[in-house]
Amino acid sequence: MTQENNIIEHSFERVHRRRKLIQHVIFIIFRLAALINCAGLFLVVSFIALKGYKAITWEFLTQPPIDSMTKGGILPCIIGTLCLGIGSIIVALPVGVASAIYLSEYARPGRLLKLIRLGISNLAGVPSVVFGLFGLAFFVIYLKMGESILAGVLTLASLTLPVIIGSTEEALKSVPDTYREASLALGATRWQTIYRVVLPAALPRTLTGAILGLSRAAGETAPIMFTAAVFFTPHLPASIFDKIMAMPYHIYVLATAGTDIEATRPLQYGTSLLLVAMVLGMNLVAIIWRSVLRKRMK
Amino acid sequence: MSEDYKIRVKHLNFYYGKTQALYDISMDIKPSRVTALIGPSGCGKSTFLRCINRMNDLIPISRVEGEIVLDNFNINAPSVDVVMLRCRIGMVFQKPNPFPKSVFENVAYGLKVNGVKDKAFIERRVEESLRKAALWEEIKDRMHASALMLSGGQQQRLCIARAMAVEPEVLLMDEPASALDPIATQKIEDLIGELKEYYTIIIVTHNMQQAARVSDMTAFFYMGKLIEMGATDTLFTRPGLKQTEDYITGRFG
Repeated sequence: MTQENNIIEHSFERVHRRRKLIQHVIFIIFRLAALINCAGLFLVVSFIALKGYKAITWEFLTQPPIDSMTKGGILPCIIGTLCLGIGSIIVALPVGVASAIYLSEYARPGRLLKLIRLGISNLAGVPSVVFGLFGLAFFVIYLKMGESILAGVLTLASLTLPVIIGSTEEALKSVPDTYREASLALGATRWQTIYRVVLPAALPRTLTGAILGLSRAAGETAPIMFTAAVFFTPHLPASIFDKIMAMPYHIYVLATAGTDIEATRPLQYGTSLLLVAMVLGMNLVAIIWRSVLRKRMK
Repeated sequence: MSEDYKIRVKHLNFYYGKTQALYDISMDIKPSRVTALIGPSGCGKSTFLRCINRMNDLIPISRVEGEIVLDNFNINAPSVDVVMLRCRIGMVFQKPNPFPKSVFENVAYGLKVNGVKDKAFIERRVEESLRKAALWEEIKDRMHASALMLSGGQQQRLCIARAMAVEPEVLLMDEPASALDPIATQKIEDLIGELKEYYTIIIVTHNMQQAARVSDMTAFFYMGKLIEMGATDTLFTRPGLKQTEDYITGRFG
């Protein structure tokens, strides 16, 4: 008996040491994998920041480009990107939230629902340049909007729609069914239940999704190059039918087709830095907003 | 004769898709009494309870046959408005499920969705309901704090107050104390005793002692069938069937 016990004890100890070692190694690998993300972000941002911070001056932020875009600021681009980003969210948010509510709260499971879901997930997978061509063919030419803020906004909205639908659906799913049951059992209609209980509870996540969609739209180049953005315009837009400059497209133009590509490097990096800062800023706003809403609910 | 009963269930069958969950249930429920539904897990007692306020409508593949007559109309008739029905038949769920809103908003919710705008009236009714639920004294200073800050037992009494605020005639309770500690359970049970004066209460419970303590009538369900129903004293002391006796004495289930 004692001998057997010794054998068991011995083997337990050996296995135990090995198990601990394996766990240790695996966790180190996972930690590295997680750190690579931060490292990637840090590298990109610091690279752009180092190269671009000198370009960012008051003039850069408040003046239009001059001397064939080799000098001056990027005010029209900033305004243009803001118009496109905010415009696309104004269009995509209501449509996206409404679709998500229909899909996850009202629609009865069946073929139609499967078809719609298939459509949405495919839409999410379509490359952004295809959205650009679609926008050109449909909004710009067929609907005769011309290259304009409106056409760009609608193109970007179609691009962000699947993101918003997806995040809103996730948000709605995370609302416990017990809330719905409680509300219905009190004699509320399904719409009252959605409007008064489900949506408020889903709001933080929905808004986060919307702002992530917005920041994505703000950074896109391909969808706007055929539909809204122009090489150069000294004017700020006066209506939604005007063409505009936009930051991502401006970077693309300066880096590939500018009059003096080398001389405008600082401007390119400056614009990139500002664009990254705007996108990160929006994400930060989303995070803070969400935590404020969550706190208010508790 | 029908005035003697608040609810008359006649030959009720219920299906989840192709699976039949309830078989030919017939039962009469008297007003101002507590009727307990007992039976092992999966016996159909909760499904039956949810037939009474048509909560099962939410399950797309469910189907119901037979009649449930409330006073004098069949609630399964196509002309019945479920929203109106649920104002008359309130429900308290297994887990306390207050909305992530203030205590006040929780209790006022049913009134507000039913179109009551008079603020003074709402305030009065909220207080009344909380008093009836024996919660007012504990939380009258925290009316605008979030309901999620309350303890589990307080949350459940809040849910009962919330259900009572719309003045239903029937109160359905689906294991209302199963998620609570013994002291909170005691309070809920005391409350049920006081509330039966105003409401017809139907309570599902796993706990045999609870059924014996709080109910006037007890119905024993097994495998989707109503096996036996009778006055609680009789059923627990002299059950008519061997199956019932086996269950209440703990030999199975």
